[in-house]
Amino acid sequence: MGEPTPRSLHRVTLVEYPGAQAPDRQRDVVVGGVRIAVHEWGSEQDDPIFLVHGGFDFGRTYDVFAPLLAAAGWRVITWDQRGHGDSAQCALYSLDADLRDMIGVMASTTSRPAVVVGHSKGGAMSVQLADAQPFRFSHFVNIDGLPSRRPMTDLAAHERTRMLSSDITGWLQHRRLSATLERKPDTLDGLARRRGKQNPRLSLEWLRYLVTVGARHDDDGWRWKIDPSMRHGGFGPWRPEWTASRLPGLGMPFLGILAREQEPMGWGNTADDIRPYLPAGGRLELFEDTGHFVHIERPNETAAMILDFLDRGR
Amino acid sequence: MSTVTLVHNRIQLALHCLRDGSERPLLLLHGLGEQSPSAAPDWTAEWPGPVYALDFTGHGDSTVPIGGGYSAELLLGDADAALSHLGEATVVGRGLGAYIALMLAGAQPASVHGTVLCDGPGLSGGAIVPTSTSFVNIAPPYSAPDPYALVDLSRDPRPPDYAVLFARLALDHSQLAEPISVAAIVRPPWLAAVANEVGVVERSLAASLLAYARD
Repeated sequence: MGEPTPRSLHRVTLVEYPGAQAPDRQRDVVVGGVRIAVHEWGSEQDDPIFLVHGGFDFGRTYDVFAPLLAAAGWRVITWDQRGHGDSAQCALYSLDADLRDMIGVMASTTSRPAVVVGHSKGGAMSVQLADAQPFRFSHFVNIDGLPSRRPMTDLAAHERTRMLSSDITGWLQHRRLSATLERKPDTLDGLARRRGKQNPRLSLEWLRYLVTVGARHDDDGWRWKIDPSMRHGGFGPWRPEWTASRLPGLGMPFLGILAREQEPMGWGNTADDIRPYLPAGGRLELFEDTGHFVHIERPNETAAMILDFLDRGR
Repeated sequence: MSTVTLVHNRIQLALHCLRDGSERPLLLLHGLGEQSPSAAPDWTAEWPGPVYALDFTGHGDSTVPIGGGYSAELLLGDADAALSHLGEATVVGRGLGAYIALMLAGAQPASVHGTVLCDGPGLSGGAIVPTSTSFVNIAPPYSAPDPYALVDLSRDPRPPDYAVLFARLALDHSQLAEPISVAAIVRPPWLAAVANEVGVVERSLAASLLAYARD
């Protein structure tokens, strides 16, 4: 993995959002040849907290949440996963590749165990890394990223085959076109409204802010920076229960945060799905009337809960 | 031997024509860490059509991308690009290529005119239960075969019920009565499950090619 390199701040935030704060520092880390964009809040002398974003998100979705942790005396570090935000767009994407990038970012920051907070896909990634490399974790907080259900167990075999067939057909058609794909341009408001279909509980005001930090403004409009070759859905051998089965063996202090309200981007789990898998001494907290993006809907309460969890562990 | 370059996202794939012909093509898919043969193998001598061989991403003359991230599903995309170029083909896969050939048969049952699954490197894949996987970063430059391909594709999970879904897609939608032939001696769990499906036949490579050339 490469040495971190400083990167100047060129962003111009056109939309303000209450509490949102651009990172104090930004740098690139080159991991296995892939440039990863890293964003930081707080003093470099403070203990680190790593925030791991979800699929189709990017580091600056933490622009409100991260400063709350930094204000409490933590160095908060997040990064754009490959193909997302300002990180390099690659030929290949996989969970293992994301985890290699995560290790590169963590190793570029500290060699000591650190706090990791993962949301959604970032939570599932962090479960796998906590199991594979527990020495990197002092505490682990998982925000609505605990897949456990077997979504197809109650389907007849012929239904499973039909689902897979449509998944494969759609994916292969996408792959045949992906070399020439571009993200669809739109107005700032238009792009915000489109994202609102996946994030129906988040305010248009917040989504407009996200556009200004997660999209680029071309001559023909705004486009999300995410690699157009990436798409929602797909197929593969991965089973949600594989993530859950790694949980009971985790040895670091664990806090799981679960949203009560189901959303398109969520995993669809309930507390009863998760509790049997909690590691010894692990906590599971539910946020009522809150959707998948817990830390965006309830940044102050989420930060307070995490800071309380970390204080107790100190 | 002549070679055409196919584009699969940011990858340039090398599809080699090992022997010309006008009948239905035979498409060869190599094993993990291998590449296409430089000439048509002797066992293709009786095949009436042309013989093609694809170098998967990170192998042979195809692009070696930066930073890894391989999966069997990605290689299915490679094989689909080759099939799209050829139109219709009979497919022979070795090792890892056998698994991809099975996936291709299920994904494109109207275009794959028989698939033969043979022994070769990378046949088994990785564990089919969660393991505490190790992770290693490898700095470029690297050349084919991509070391990340060797790492990622030697441990991609191949649950038997997942493999069987592809077999059933081929069995249900192929124009052939016996679209999948298992010629491999070694039977990792995914292949044992596939071989056990009604309609999948177990026969030698030579017998399989003879049958598919006639059908």
